[in-house]
Amino acid sequence: MQGYYHSVTLDADKCMGCTNCIKRCPTEAIRVRDGKAYIIAERCIDCGECIRVCPYHAKIAVTDPLDAIYDYKYKIALPAPTLYGQFKDLTSIDSVLHGLKLLGFDDVFEVARGADFATEFTKYQIKHTNPKRPIISSSCPAVVRLVQVRFPELISNLADVQSPMEIAAQIAKDNFSREHGVDIEEIGAFFITPCAAKATSIRNPLGTERSSVDGSISILDIYGPLSLVMNKADNSCVTTSLRKSTLKGVGWANSGGEGSSLDIDSYLSVDGIPNVIKVLEEIENGKLSDLDFFEGLACVGGCVGGPLVFENNFVAQNRLRKLISKIEDSEPIAHEEFKMALEKYDWKFNKEILPKPIMRLDDDISSAIKKMEELERIYADLPGLDCGSCGSPSCRALAEDIVRGYTTEFDCIIKLREKIRNLAREFGELSDNLPTGIDRSDTGGLKHED
Amino acid sequence: MTVESNEYIGMIHSYEIEAGNFTKAGEAASSIKRLLRQLGVDANVIRRVSIAAYEAEMNMVIHSIGGNIQIEISPKAIVFKAVDEGPGIEDVNLAMEEGFSTAKEWARELGFGAGMGLPNIKRCSDEFHIQSEVGQGTYLEAKFIL
Repeated sequence: MQGYYHSVTLDADKCMGCTNCIKRCPTEAIRVRDGKAYIIAERCIDCGECIRVCPYHAKIAVTDPLDAIYDYKYKIALPAPTLYGQFKDLTSIDSVLHGLKLLGFDDVFEVARGADFATEFTKYQIKHTNPKRPIISSSCPAVVRLVQVRFPELISNLADVQSPMEIAAQIAKDNFSREHGVDIEEIGAFFITPCAAKATSIRNPLGTERSSVDGSISILDIYGPLSLVMNKADNSCVTTSLRKSTLKGVGWANSGGEGSSLDIDSYLSVDGIPNVIKVLEEIENGKLSDLDFFEGLACVGGCVGGPLVFENNFVAQNRLRKLISKIEDSEPIAHEEFKMALEKYDWKFNKEILPKPIMRLDDDISSAIKKMEELERIYADLPGLDCGSCGSPSCRALAEDIVRGYTTEFDCIIKLREKIRNLAREFGELSDNLPTGIDRSDTGGLKHED
Repeated sequence: MTVESNEYIGMIHSYEIEAGNFTKAGEAASSIKRLLRQLGVDANVIRRVSIAAYEAEMNMVIHSIGGNIQIEISPKAIVFKAVDEGPGIEDVNLAMEEGFSTAKEWARELGFGAGMGLPNIKRCSDEFHIQSEVGQGTYLEAKFIL
């Protein structure tokens, strides 16, 4: 495991050892061995596809319990804009934000506001550093990890911008510490998350040494308690508005939200991991040379389709669209405010994003070539059904697993059946070749004269 | 089997390319990319080989009457070869010029025919060689040093 923490994990008691998840995983990170699924830690990108496809709910995303906020003296909630799309007939974002305070948070800072800053910072970079095109959005952590694993050639295209969650946490903690005169270490910032990959990013950050976020609470876990207090929040005649996000920032929850907020013509937004893979392949082939910005999101519909949401993604997407058209916009980030933020924070990556060459057969190319030849010999001999019964996602993956020494070709039930058929044939041949002294008219063995 | 010195390590993969078959077009380039990745070839080289392979494959699908793509991989270099059976290029020097294309209307409508294919392959490779004869076919070779 090499100490790599993942939010996506297996509840072994619930796993029936079926092959649904192994076939759906975009990085071939799951095997079924000894009747249970097993996630290969170095390969998993926490996209959550397996969580969605598992009929037994054996794949889970680990987040913190709501009580974890009490580990800190001061608690700040960082709600993802996706949260706003969970509630029916929501007329004001403030009722969600005040609701969070009633749940025990001392302050709330919207990740949608973080997104506003991320947008400004990306625009600033496009203008001043002329990054390599197409710029590939780095907001979806599952897509960034997908690039590391499957498209290492495209790492240099990743937008050099920290995620709205990180930006929000940094500003929220600084502001709170300054306004209340408390030590930053005493403040816990908790992301209210629709996303398993983001929960992983808090423990294993992308592009930064240490995350400013201290924990994550899933939307699924907070939905119930929050719905209950939201009515109170509405009735308590709260006059102060906590909301600062612009409608564009809120729009980041839906696919296309980030791309459209950048005010550039040539952007492409794609959601759903198989679709993202297709377009990344096109980019890799040098086919989309006229594209400036690519927003790829692992979940269908964008973050609203995250594995940890309560509401159906299409319904939530529509609610957000309606909410955005109904409520008033906030003031965009003022030029002065952004300039001050630029002086104070460095929102570029401060830790290089490296390729994860997990697909390679060997570090030495000569050995890799030998293994590849062996792999192809084995693969040619396999039935090519890609049935998954062996526990590997495809015949080719099984051949790879054999070459890596993890298993044998008799994990293939077709190969095993062939072997048994040959054995049966040998048995038959043996029984036909009984010594001549024995009566062959009966199968009952030797006959004796009375 | 040919007799090779014991030191030689390498592998050859070849792919048949059908003229005009757009459902399969690009598959050879994708498998080459996957292969190189599993062999642990440097990401930058993979990118260059992929682009060259993709352009050559598309050229063959659009312009030729069919042919073969071959990739030879050894620890020192990758050699990519594309051989088709015709119709051949009339003026190879002209075909190497950026923006020159003989792609027909239908191919242009599909977004091809920018006249960048061959120049792109040359730009991506460390050594490039092309030979063509009308009525005979085209032979293209691109080498990438590892």
